[in-house]
Amino acid sequence: MKFAVVVFPGSNCDQDCIHILRNVLHQEVTAVWHQDASLDDAQCVILPGGFSYGDYLRTGALACFSPIMAAVQDFADQGGLVLGICNGFQILLEAGLLPGAMLRNRSLRFVCKPQLLRVENNKTPFTHLYGEGRLIQVPIAHGEGNYFLDPEGLEQLRKNKQIVFRYADATGNASSEANPNGSVDNIAGIINAAGNVLGMMPHPERSSEAVLGGADGLLLFQAAIAYLAERG
Amino acid sequence: MWKAEIHVTLKDAVLDPQGKAVRSVLGSLGYSAVEKVRIGKYLEMVLNVDSRAEAERQLDEICHRVLANPVIEQYDYQLVEVPR
Repeated sequence: MKFAVVVFPGSNCDQDCIHILRNVLHQEVTAVWHQDASLDDAQCVILPGGFSYGDYLRTGALACFSPIMAAVQDFADQGGLVLGICNGFQILLEAGLLPGAMLRNRSLRFVCKPQLLRVENNKTPFTHLYGEGRLIQVPIAHGEGNYFLDPEGLEQLRKNKQIVFRYADATGNASSEANPNGSVDNIAGIINAAGNVLGMMPHPERSSEAVLGGADGLLLFQAAIAYLAERG
Repeated sequence: MWKAEIHVTLKDAVLDPQGKAVRSVLGSLGYSAVEKVRIGKYLEMVLNVDSRAEAERQLDEICHRVLANPVIEQYDYQLVEVPR
C-alpha cells in the first residue's frame, strides 16, 4: 500500500510513522511537505504528531491552512483513509474534518505516559482487527488533549458510533480517574460520519514494536493495510 | 488605515483551566474578592482599507476563519482610524 505522511514545520512524529510503515510493515511511504499541493497516488494519509507552527494561535490552527490540506480535504471527501495522530488530530479538528476542539489539559500539565484505551468501535477501517471493547495500551504525550464538543454534537457522535477510543482503567472502566486530560466523555479518538477520517490523541506509532514496550498500536496500521487490500 | 484591537475569549460554557488556576492562586494570596478569572487573547491589527465597513467585513471574516475557533471561542474588536 502507498502511504503519505504529511510533514509540517514542527512535526516531530513523522519519522516514527515512516519507520513503522516502511521498516516494520514494509509498505511504500512518502513524506509530503506541507507546501506541496498533491498527495500523488497515496491510499492512506497520516497527519503526524508534533507542534506544527509551534502551536501558535491554537494547536493545529495555522497548519490547517497549509496548501497540502486542500488536497487532504479532497482526498477525505472522496473516501480516502486519513489518520490524524495527536497534533494531526488537532489539525483535523481545526480543518473541520472532524467535529469539536481541543482545550488545555485539565491538569494544565503536559501529560506523557502509557495509557489504556477501550476500543469502542471496531467496525472502522483502522480498528477492525481489535475485538470490541478490547483494552489496548498506547502512549499519550500532549498538553492540549482535552477534547471539547457541545452536548448536541456529543449526542450525534454517540448515536453514529463515532467515538472510537475512550480512556479507561485496567478494569475497562472509562472513569474520571482514568481520564488523563479532562476530555468530554473520556474521548481519546473519533471518526467522521463517513468512517474514513480518524483522529486520536494517543500515539499508535509509539507502540508498534515490542522493543518500545508494546505493540498494540501495530494492529491499527495493519487494519488499514488489510482494509485497503480488500477494497482494492 | 484602521487599527483593530481584537479580543478572543473562551465561550462561557467552556471550562478555562488556566483561568481556574490563576483564580486559585489569587485566592491563596488573600484576594478573596476575585470570584472568576477567564484568560483570552489580545491581538492588534492594522488594515490598509479606506472605510470602516470594509475593515469590519474583513475583520469578521478573519476572526471567524482564523483568529477564533467558533467551537470554543468568541471574539470582539474595536476599530480606530489611524493616519497613513
